[in-house]
Amino acid sequence: MNIIKARQLVHEYIRRDEEGNVESIQTALDHVDLDVKEGQFIAVLGHNGSGKSTFAKHVNALLAPTEGTLWVDGKDVSKEENILDVRQTAGMVFQNPDNQIIASVVEEDVGFGPENIGVPTEDIWVRVADSLKSVGMLKYRNHSPNKLSGGQKQRVAIAGVMAMEPKCIVLDEPTAMLDPNGRKEVLRAVKELNQKKGITIILITHYMEEVVDADYVYVMDHGEVVMRGTPREIFSQVGTLKEHHLDVPQMTLLADLLRQSGLNIPLGVLTREELVDAVMKIAE
Amino acid sequence: MSIIVDKVNYVYSEGTAYEIKALQDINLEIKDGEFIGIIGHTGSGKSTLIQHLNGLIKATSGAIYFHGQDIYDKDFDLRELRNRVGLVFQYPEHQLFETTIFDDVCFGPMNQGLTKEEAGLRAFEALRSVGIPEELFYQSPFDLSGGQKRRVAIAGVLAMKPEVLILDEPTAGLDPGGRDEILDLITRMHRERGMTVILVSHSMEDVAKYVDRIIVMNQGRVMFDDVPKEVFKHYKELETIGLAAPQVTYLMHELREKGLPVSTDVTTVAEARAELLRVLLGERR
Repeated sequence: MNIIKARQLVHEYIRRDEEGNVESIQTALDHVDLDVKEGQFIAVLGHNGSGKSTFAKHVNALLAPTEGTLWVDGKDVSKEENILDVRQTAGMVFQNPDNQIIASVVEEDVGFGPENIGVPTEDIWVRVADSLKSVGMLKYRNHSPNKLSGGQKQRVAIAGVMAMEPKCIVLDEPTAMLDPNGRKEVLRAVKELNQKKGITIILITHYMEEVVDADYVYVMDHGEVVMRGTPREIFSQVGTLKEHHLDVPQMTLLADLLRQSGLNIPLGVLTREELVDAVMKIAE
Repeated sequence: MSIIVDKVNYVYSEGTAYEIKALQDINLEIKDGEFIGIIGHTGSGKSTLIQHLNGLIKATSGAIYFHGQDIYDKDFDLRELRNRVGLVFQYPEHQLFETTIFDDVCFGPMNQGLTKEEAGLRAFEALRSVGIPEELFYQSPFDLSGGQKRRVAIAGVLAMKPEVLILDEPTAGLDPGGRDEILDLITRMHRERGMTVILVSHSMEDVAKYVDRIIVMNQGRVMFDDVPKEVFKHYKELETIGLAAPQVTYLMHELREKGLPVSTDVTTVAEARAELLRVLLGERR
């Protein structure tokens, strides 16, 4: 079953002047069709302003579609009565960790969500411990969040979403403000949630290296889905990606240059191991 | 001769329980026209260091010389130093505030005491050099895309015509297209105007591709200070402090372990391509 299903989804940002007359209309989502199966790891790529974040905010019912329909776990997000269910099904993690942490102790921050939806106190503590454990932050439960590193804060934010027991987590550029170490930590935590707990992941990112292990990739530009496929299919098209202001992983780029110089290297090399294998094959 | 950092130490909250030695015994010489990258994990002292270079933070001990003059000297004009050493902070677009892009870029030169006409000329030039089309000049900076906003913010510093341009993670949060635009712009400033550029970055790939010299900071000290090739030879030590070498450097090491006689001091995609073609095609002939 598709946990997320978008059909002809349109979102327009309308600006009005003081008298309420329409000043300008900006189409951020332009008839988007998109499907995510339960348990998948999906990546969404696109340059700044391509509509990625607008899409993410629909999955969490923070924005309502102007036209078209989005179903999250079978529920239409535009219906008022579904909003709470939708938000519980699909949790959201944003770019800046400092904007998402509200409590002065890590475990209280993680417990805030479940407390808000009326989970009994003893269950809250079980959930808090479980979710902190799942992102490797259990030993920091009594720490103050402002003494944590960016990667650690972001993992606390993810634990906060996990404590709501969502089926799906949408991460909107969760590593953009982190250093290489923090980026690795967060990505490892996200992959584990996907593999061990079967949580559906929608990762929005600018880092091509983070996309290599995804099950499926959507590329957005001007509010439209312009490319879709497995990472290998997407990264085989170096030229098309550049047109959309995107990039390929460094290994893919090098493989592509070597192929153009006449070496027999297969299309869509994604990782170092694959390129090592391909080069060694030629050397033998 | 340009900037000399001599035995600089800096301690945050000195004498309290929260005392942190942010910089310890830093000795550096930054020559005119250099393109330098500073790398180091969060909290290694990078940002504290660059704020010393234009006198925003005063060293707890040690001295800094700008063109031979002690910047902590009573008679030294710190305002003038800040005009000549431009600093672009992280997420500089958060500091845009004027009603039009043009006014925002004029703010710096006006503060330097230039006339409206002179400042306008500077703003015009700076905006053109960062590639903002003229039809946007009189629009609100807040309607621009993230990459455009950042370029306007950088133009605001360029309009002050600094000799040294320091940028703290100028590509954070930008898409690959925006990232390349900013880095190409900085490279152009360096090449065409001979500007000294200091780039703080988290991306080993970017640093390897663009700069001539890398300063690695760790726990408030300079750990390495050399050309990229030499610095990335220490990739195992870099890993222990949360950094890494560029992907292509690892590739070459792995190929060498498998018996392919490639050179391992490769740090960019272009170098890797040349080296692999040399070894693979050379062998075949």
